[in-house]
Amino acid sequence: MNYAKLAVALLAVTPAASFAARAWLLPSQTIVARSGGWVTFDAANSDDLFSFNQGAMPVDSLSVSGGDGTAVTPQNVARGKTRSSFDLELRAPGTYRVAVAGDVVMARWEEDGMPKRWRGTPAEMAANIPANAARLEVEQVQRRVETFVTVGSPTDIKSIGAGLELVPTRHPNDLYAGEAARFRFLLDGKPAKDLAVEIIAGGTRYRDAPAAMELKTDADGMISVTWPAPGLYWLEAEVKDEKATVPGVKKRTAAYDATLEVLPQ
Amino acid sequence: MTRKSKVLLAALLAPLAGMASAADLTLNVEIPNLPVAEYHRPYVAIWVEDGSQAIAANLALWYQVRGDHTKWLPDLRQWWRRGGRDVKVPVDGLTGATRPAGQHILKFDAAAEPLSKLKPGRYELVLEAVREVGGREAVRIPFEWPIKAAQRGNAQGKTELGAVALALNP
Repeated sequence: MNYAKLAVALLAVTPAASFAARAWLLPSQTIVARSGGWVTFDAANSDDLFSFNQGAMPVDSLSVSGGDGTAVTPQNVARGKTRSSFDLELRAPGTYRVAVAGDVVMARWEEDGMPKRWRGTPAEMAANIPANAARLEVEQVQRRVETFVTVGSPTDIKSIGAGLELVPTRHPNDLYAGEAARFRFLLDGKPAKDLAVEIIAGGTRYRDAPAAMELKTDADGMISVTWPAPGLYWLEAEVKDEKATVPGVKKRTAAYDATLEVLPQ
Repeated sequence: MTRKSKVLLAALLAPLAGMASAADLTLNVEIPNLPVAEYHRPYVAIWVEDGSQAIAANLALWYQVRGDHTKWLPDLRQWWRRGGRDVKVPVDGLTGATRPAGQHILKFDAAAEPLSKLKPGRYELVLEAVREVGGREAVRIPFEWPIKAAQRGNAQGKTELGAVALALNP
């Protein structure tokens, strides 16, 4: 197995959060005048923002909701070598929340001295992990990689109430260079305080320094970001705790990534 | 503004001000002649903004009316976010076709909508222009409302807009 194959194999079984490559969605457009059009998204895991030069992000768990909160089915979903892509038809006005979201259990144990691994939904856990598994380690991994597109006027982003999420005070499709935007982070629906949030501008290939903005949420889970320049930004936050919401599991990783577009004044 | 265009502007504005029997807001907008290979007339939005940066009155919106070109309206970025996105175009008396390079005079009756709805206070007149395969520019001129005495204001665009003169006549 060469190094690349090993990396892909690891990617399949390792929590995304602990893997180096950054997970991101790239929308072709974030502000659209009226309904009736299409927006295309790329989905990839790569350290360079936003160059798909490492690996495609699986988009099996795509979750898209429209302005009224109802689910919208993406079309032309394709998995390439370096990126996945899909189209979204914008049939109605409002804010579309586009996410690759997952809530899975990862398990490692030993069977007859051999290491075993399993990854799946909490519901399938009992059927796939032997009751007498030795050195069993289980972890819940909640992950949300998302971006936002607004047709016409923005509509509210509502809390999901599970895992780590961003609930904006300033709408994510209303961001401008030089202006401050406030975002609240929630963990299981409650303010995530003292959470480290990293924000990096796109175009990392074209500069020497990563120039990451490192922020920390206050007691209300809030951060305030003043955007230094227009462009696409990638935001990441992650929590590791012992508050898994799956029965019989203790360890939990909750990760959140977002792609945000900041416009010139 | 050049001396020549100032004289021209005064000549243009003077008879209008003289004619006015009621209070009005008169605007002279210059769309510059640009020596570029591919020229398209700019989309232009003109509005009155209050202290909260919301649109208090939309005065004009020039875009390519023929065909289906409203998809480019968000390129008037400031107008779009301040409330343009809530305007269902076309609107009588507000929207119109793009205009060629040159001087354009617009006159609004203070006693008629939309100006008649302005509450007393400080406002800014905002002009934003964006051109296909070109740039975007916005200029602002502050003024007081209602018109108690004659007010004059000027702004000078650098790229997509030329000289802009505002006259408020009681």
